[in-house]
Amino acid sequence: MAEKVLMKGNEAIAISAIRNGVDGYFGYPITPQSEVMETLMKEKPWETTGMVVLQAESEVSSINMVYGGASCGKKVMTSSSSPGVSLMCEGISYMAGAELPCVIVDVMRGGPGLGTIQPSQGDYNQIVKGGGHGDDHNIVIAPASAQDMYDFVDWGFELAFKYRNPVVILADGVIGQMMEKVEMHPMKPRMTDEEIREKAPWATTGKPSWRNYNIITSLSLDSDIQEEFNRKLHAKYALIEENEVKYSEYMTEDAEYLFTAFGCSSRICEAAVDILRSEGIRAGLLRPITLFPFPHKEIKRLAARMKSMMSIELNFGQMAEDVRLAVEGQCPVGFYGRQGGNIFTPEEVVAEFKKFNNIQ
Amino acid sequence: MNIEDIKKPENIVYRKPALLTDNIMHYCPGCSHGTVHKLIAEVIDEMGIQDKTIGISPVGCSVFAYNYIDIDWQEAAHGRAPALATATKRLCPDKYVFTYQGDGDLASIGTAEIIHACSRGENIVVIFINNGIYGMTGGQMAPTTLLGMKTSTTPYGRDAKLNGFPIKITEMLAELDGTAYITRQSVHTAPAARKAKNAIRKAFEYSSKGIGLSFVEIVATCNSGWKLSPVEANRWMEEHMFEKYPPGDIKDILK
Repeated sequence: MAEKVLMKGNEAIAISAIRNGVDGYFGYPITPQSEVMETLMKEKPWETTGMVVLQAESEVSSINMVYGGASCGKKVMTSSSSPGVSLMCEGISYMAGAELPCVIVDVMRGGPGLGTIQPSQGDYNQIVKGGGHGDDHNIVIAPASAQDMYDFVDWGFELAFKYRNPVVILADGVIGQMMEKVEMHPMKPRMTDEEIREKAPWATTGKPSWRNYNIITSLSLDSDIQEEFNRKLHAKYALIEENEVKYSEYMTEDAEYLFTAFGCSSRICEAAVDILRSEGIRAGLLRPITLFPFPHKEIKRLAARMKSMMSIELNFGQMAEDVRLAVEGQCPVGFYGRQGGNIFTPEEVVAEFKKFNNIQ
Repeated sequence: MNIEDIKKPENIVYRKPALLTDNIMHYCPGCSHGTVHKLIAEVIDEMGIQDKTIGISPVGCSVFAYNYIDIDWQEAAHGRAPALATATKRLCPDKYVFTYQGDGDLASIGTAEIIHACSRGENIVVIFINNGIYGMTGGQMAPTTLLGMKTSTTPYGRDAKLNGFPIKITEMLAELDGTAYITRQSVHTAPAARKAKNAIRKAFEYSSKGIGLSFVEIVATCNSGWKLSPVEANRWMEEHMFEKYPPGDIKDILK
């Protein structure tokens, strides 16, 4: 039986990175995710797996260290929180343009600006719609438990290398700080040089005589070449939308009302569904696990038989816009959210649900 | 005697370095970049480390350095090359890793990255081209632009009150404990180019010793940006740039 350990979501990221053969982590301290680097430094993986861990001088540098490491075909990652991720957006865009695989963990806190250090989901648009300048997409996966934090590191790298694309684990302060049981899977070794050459023939591993030199760049000055590249990128995104959508449903089989929520909000909505069910109201929940690709088709399918839907988020209704696009007007879509680091209770969600649906 | 009679192996006194590609360089005639590229290509070839060398090119005129030297390259965002090089060297410690950066890239937007790479003692080589101007974007003021020097953003000459002072970043970096070898060279004459090549070779050799960062500044000309002929630009560099940026070794911890 797999080992189960009680740990914070942030610690799960660090332990998972070591156990899943990650080659390098580059970060900069910021609340509420500093435990990721602290745990790595305490574990000293350079003495066991050979993993490199480095505290950079800024988030600008840590993301560019990730760029350098990813260019070598290595499994490299960073983590930060909202203001730090804003600084990383330059590097994220360059990596999208250079088609580099990497995993970035964003443990969101309240904004804008320096904001608060409490949990938020206010960076949905920033990360899901882009993450830097240019016509590109991150693959975005949203954990809702410490176990997800552990599991999504490996899944994130699988997606990142499959599509040569940055993957963002979009968490929030609750998921980062909350302690839960985490089931540890067997250790995975780091990739050997041969495996890297096979898996990432494009990487800068040093030019041998038998191949042309490899260049990692996001630059092209020719409009037609750039347009052709952008078309190629978007064909890749279409493939990702076709193949990688992941979501979970809770009590949707006979539901007349549907909540949509991701991350920690989905956990609270599960409890709200339970309360409503105990009152005889047939509510359900759809939790998008991938935010890009977004489960448009699944939401559209469920919306066809709902009396109404409600998106519940720790922001002013950012994902709600995508839900409304998916619903295509088939039923009314409401929204309830809290900001600034405040979190709703299940009872609060139930009360807002009743208000929206005129249920006494 | 025709040309074919002259083109005999025994008559060859000079040839293009094996690692310079056949791509036509986009640099202006008279620019120092081509010479420095050639020296780097020769050093890598002579050391036999083509398959072990990874170059990081910057943003600026030398953004396309990756088109000219036959090795694996990463192209960095503006100023970030030392961060890329840091990770590359730490993850691939058996490789030779160098950045190639201009003055705007290294001494303005990338000051944090270069200072901390030096401070950490990363075992990389940094080639720093200082021509006191932004060439690629059309001749704007650089951090190393001399006082009184006219550029497109200092059309009346750099004024310390308005624009601040030129930065001697190379001397600053020599103060940091993580640097092993810091030198300032030029390539405007054959003897200068030979000395610069020796310095580049030493920097590459030092980078495999695990003793810290090696840094070669090349005081360079940008005759297009300076609006001078190549010959005038060389003279102007000797008369003005060398006064502020004198060539010579600044630090060598193995000496």
